[in-house]
Amino acid sequence: MLRVARDADQKAFAALFSHFAPRIKAFLMKSGAPAAQAEDCAQDVMATVWRKAAMFDPSRATAATWIFTIARNRRIDLLRRDARPEPEDLPWGPEPDLDAEAALALQQDTDRLGAALAALPQTQRELIEKAYFGDLSHGEIARTTGLPLGTIKSRIRLALDKLRQSMS
Amino acid sequence: MIRHHLSDDLLTGYCAGSLPEAFNVLIATHVSLCDECRARLASLEALGGALLESAGPVAMDNGALAATLARIMGQPPMPWTAPARPKGLFPEPLRARVGGDLDAVRWRPVGGGVRQAILPTSGRASLRLLHIPGGGAVPDHGHKGTELTLVLQGAFRDESDRFGPGDVEIADAEVHHTPVAEAGPACICLAATDAPLRFKGLVPRLVQPFVKI
Repeated sequence: MLRVARDADQKAFAALFSHFAPRIKAFLMKSGAPAAQAEDCAQDVMATVWRKAAMFDPSRATAATWIFTIARNRRIDLLRRDARPEPEDLPWGPEPDLDAEAALALQQDTDRLGAALAALPQTQRELIEKAYFGDLSHGEIARTTGLPLGTIKSRIRLALDKLRQSMS
Repeated sequence: MIRHHLSDDLLTGYCAGSLPEAFNVLIATHVSLCDECRARLASLEALGGALLESAGPVAMDNGALAATLARIMGQPPMPWTAPARPKGLFPEPLRARVGGDLDAVRWRPVGGGVRQAILPTSGRASLRLLHIPGGGAVPDHGHKGTELTLVLQGAFRDESDRFGPGDVEIADAEVHHTPVAEAGPACICLAATDAPLRFKGLVPRLVQPFVKI
């Protein structure tokens, strides 16, 4: 990701593409997009990843998290969901010198989150997927996320504390 | 010091992009002011990243990489640019919606010295700014749905607690409350409602269709 941002490295981009494009396509298809449209949008999301790579800050988000936010925004356009403005961004940009320790800690946290997610019973996992990929109203999310989020809440809290520390 | 934050389900809905526009604008405005909710949102986005990472991949078409490279051909990555951080009362997501800061708001009186300005959003929920003079009250009302009230300036109290700058009150269908602004400068709030409010007294209810609260 950083090689794409700093050196406009096409080989590094190709590696990112082969990993993430099929997952973005899967995400959009789970959201109800037909295969051809999901294909087109996955390419479009990856083109945005290329263009906006300089905004990526590895001490604040992993590549998967950052790409998720781009795919999420594309999904809102695609499915004509209600407009969703972003919060004001923090006034500082990515650090010129990579904070490798923070980036590694964040990656490990996200990996643990992924492991906790994989360990959930199928039904709970599906509820979380539905909250993210489907179209639950906030009331429905309140009724459903209570279950699975309870299980992984400690993981989220951990990630949250780290993020909070990194921002203060 | 912000004491009243967004709930997990609202932040999750915002993170997933499944909420009505009025709620999205209010949540983006609160997160702009609140480091705690910014961190919680970041952790929910991390969960989205973990879900994306674990999604069973669906093969891309042959030549997809070449097609994408053709899309970005001749487009060098954009440099990082400092985000807009307006100096006024309204954080950027709200400022963009109003088309300016407090002085750009077109207020309309709704009785009792209270003024409001309805901000256009999609029909699923409504968004408005409220200007309540110090010591003034918003008529006693209940809700058919959920009402979020974000304080931008001043403070108000109701039956449940005190709400100061940056605080969000989340009132569900069961809540019947009478927000009263604290004495002093006017209390300015952003309110999002996913169903029309229901006023208790007869007269306000008759007025309601006309003032569009």
